[in-house]
Amino acid sequence: MTLQEIVAQLNLTCLTKPRDFSAVEIRNGYASDLLSCVMAGARHHGVWVTLQSHSNIVAVAALLELSAVIITENSRPEQETIDKADEEGVNLFLTDKPTFWVVGKLWEMGVRDS
Amino acid sequence: MQVYVAELHVHTVLSPCAEVEMIPPLIVRTALERGINLLAITDHNASANVEAVMRAAQGSALTVLPGMEVQTREEVHMLCLFDTLEQLADWQQQVDAHLPDLENDADLFGEQFVVDETGEFVRRERRLLLASTQMTLEEAATRVHVLGGLAIPAHIDRKAFSLITNLGFVPEGVPLAALEITRHITPAQARQRFPQIGDIPLIQSGDAHQLAEITGPMVLTMESPTTAELRLALANRAGRSAVLLRRVDKSEAEDKSSTLAPSVYEQESL
Repeated sequence: MTLQEIVAQLNLTCLTKPRDFSAVEIRNGYASDLLSCVMAGARHHGVWVTLQSHSNIVAVAALLELSAVIITENSRPEQETIDKADEEGVNLFLTDKPTFWVVGKLWEMGVRDS
Repeated sequence: MQVYVAELHVHTVLSPCAEVEMIPPLIVRTALERGINLLAITDHNASANVEAVMRAAQGSALTVLPGMEVQTREEVHMLCLFDTLEQLADWQQQVDAHLPDLENDADLFGEQFVVDETGEFVRRERRLLLASTQMTLEEAATRVHVLGGLAIPAHIDRKAFSLITNLGFVPEGVPLAALEITRHITPAQARQRFPQIGDIPLIQSGDAHQLAEITGPMVLTMESPTTAELRLALANRAGRSAVLLRRVDKSEAEDKSSTLAPSVYEQESL
């Protein structure tokens, strides 16, 4: 599954600078709003679904080299956080859907490794 | 210099999770019995009982700092300590403007009582206080700092409502005066387990929801009981200092009058 397909099917808004996501392969995902858990539990290159929009999400995503962060329930981060994500090469996406819905869709699409 | 035995995180019956015994005269009496002479009242997102505790302590050796335990948007609990009721009133207004208007269900969350200095019922707080304000941690800490207060994220070693648990590490550039740890961990253990603390001062407190949890483990040497002095003491600057007292003699454990006896306690740096 490519990030491009995920963005299209889930109708995600790209908050950071748009790139070519068709070459970004996503196989695993993680969902939590507690950053300490994410740091301990999320795997490299996966997608992370959260409604946490604090700027620390960028550092965590960069640290784990996550391919995408999907922020749910329209919990839009501050512009500063988005700028920081661009600097760090972290892809931030926004949706008005809740985490449960997003994870369900990802599962349906075949992203099933945790 | 004066010596202050401090307990900086105490709830009253205004906090739905606090025991009904947490009324001003009993809080003051318990603190005095245990040799505590500096106390901060910190209810969840609220401050309506602070003045009553200050009144109850009037004429005693106990100084009460006006405070609050605010819940930020990230569900991080943070102590906000001030010097005056005016500062606290200003802060309360800002918190009120950022608190969702949810009704408290006392059966589910507990009663939220506003009381007077004798502990008599005044009114019930209608709004649910166990809720997140819409202020981010940065915003809340900055606003407290601008008012001249101290912003201290609470119980960072807990699994919930904790800066470290919820946000992973301490964000840079936020004016935090200190970080609070619980009694379940020593300062040395905390610094080892959470290297992300860096050189930020620590405090330890009981997060007292019942009288038995008011124990005052922290001893501050400073000129006067103000937040400015507290800031210096926590940083161990200008001749001020802050240490923890750890009980070493278990046989004396029940003797509350001996709070400061050197044979019973040893010092531990923060």
